Amino acid sequence: MVRVAVTGMGTVCALGSTVAECWAQLSFGKPGFSPLTVPGVPPYKFSLAAVATRYVPLEHFSEKETSMLERFAQFAAVAAREAMKQSGLELTTELKEQTAIITGTSVGGQFAEEEGYVRLFRDNVPRVAPLTIPRTMSNAGASRISFEFGIVGPTYTISTACSSSNHAIGQAFGMVRRGEVLAAIAGGSEAVFAEGLMRAWEAMRVVSPDTCRPFSLQRRGLILGEGGAMLVLENWDHAKARGARILGEICGFGMSSDAHHITQPTPEGPLRAIRMALADAKISPEAVDYVNAHGTGTTVNDSTECEAIRRAFGSHAERLLVSSTKSMHGHTLGAAGAIEAVTSLLALQHGLVPPTANFIDPDPACALDVVPNEPRQANIETAISNSFAFGGLNAVLVLRRIS
Amino acid sequence: MSDAAVAAHDELVAHVIRVIAATQHMPVDAIGIENTFEELKIDSLDGINIVFALESEFHISIPDEAMQNLKSIRDTVEGVRQLLAQKEQAGSPA
Repeated sequence: MVRVAVTGMGTVCALGSTVAECWAQLSFGKPGFSPLTVPGVPPYKFSLAAVATRYVPLEHFSEKETSMLERFAQFAAVAAREAMKQSGLELTTELKEQTAIITGTSVGGQFAEEEGYVRLFRDNVPRVAPLTIPRTMSNAGASRISFEFGIVGPTYTISTACSSSNHAIGQAFGMVRRGEVLAAIAGGSEAVFAEGLMRAWEAMRVVSPDTCRPFSLQRRGLILGEGGAMLVLENWDHAKARGARILGEICGFGMSSDAHHITQPTPEGPLRAIRMALADAKISPEAVDYVNAHGTGTTVNDSTECEAIRRAFGSHAERLLVSSTKSMHGHTLGAAGAIEAVTSLLALQHGLVPPTANFIDPDPACALDVVPNEPRQANIETAISNSFAFGGLNAVLVLRRIS
Repeated sequence: MSDAAVAAHDELVAHVIRVIAATQHMPVDAIGIENTFEELKIDSLDGINIVFALESEFHISIPDEAMQNLKSIRDTVEGVRQLLAQKEQAGSPA
């Protein structure tokens, strides 16, 4: 089996529209939340949202393209462009056939669907716009990347709620490692700020009425976020041979299902995914320095995740640095794993752990070093990045610094 | 054609072009009656979108077979004209 290098990264989220812009905020521990007020829409029970305010669609697409390509698919394509540019990968005819595209999204294109419902059920007009299907389909981002770059290898989309993009990266990692493809563009994207979808999240009572304070005693829930991130994964020898700059390594992946409850997590499912990821990377728990936690900021997720980490790492859990960067870029759902994989790779590269922002008091149920509020310089070599989805589907990546 | 009929026809051409221009995010003056869809880079998906917009604008229903025969602006204007005439004959409200 070959090693898998990361040679490109791209991100759009509330913290910025490039990796550099996002890291500038992450490395200072600065949340990207803004007040959520939509003219003409009755207020939500939550008032903050992680909106990609710096993202201007017409800077990236023509007016016609934006009418055909939903926001989530735009995020996917823009992140892929940045990642591909950084990778310097020259797509020859042969390489186009040997490159995969695997994207993750939780709900895909929600806006077209909701516009259709308004026509149907509010305006009583029994016809919806012809682009509803191509705009709504969850693979719109993957397909856009494919025809934009002329990549003709295996291309598909995974939807496992908040684990979607970790599953996508994990699948792409496996394909590159097994030698099925030489390279892959993998990640995910989500655009959650459609009214119907936000009302649905509101009804779940998991969105915080103040801010997102993972692992804090005062935590009250998550903050919804939008964005996308893509990684270029590449066969290690291929990357070396062309003199590419290797940004980090993906060295393990584990996944599991709780088989328990549609929303209530268990520690056992995440625990199995973490153990499987470490075994896959052939490393002991003691080799891990940093955990980019799923850390949504809900009461149940954070305590359950901490229990899973304690059980997976034993006494080494005391020495782990654990942070939830959702406290800054929000919970980007199907994009979360990808944005957090990029964040973890940057943390390894810079020797700087982005903090858990908005932290007030420790919760005894989350008694780990959660890097509260202040970024921490640390000589970290190996990280895991957790994603645990509603429906009990867990996916964990193991990432390594390249010195 | 009488002067009035010519004026009505010209207005219909301009109206159809306005709808197509809006749908395609193109300037109105980039589209002429002689243009084919191919020249305007209007593909089959754009065609579906244009037909939908024309149906909404003129309160007509364009059959699938008729849509498949639309290859140019002239075809489209003529198709819309015929459907409007049929509608008028049938006495349906405008």
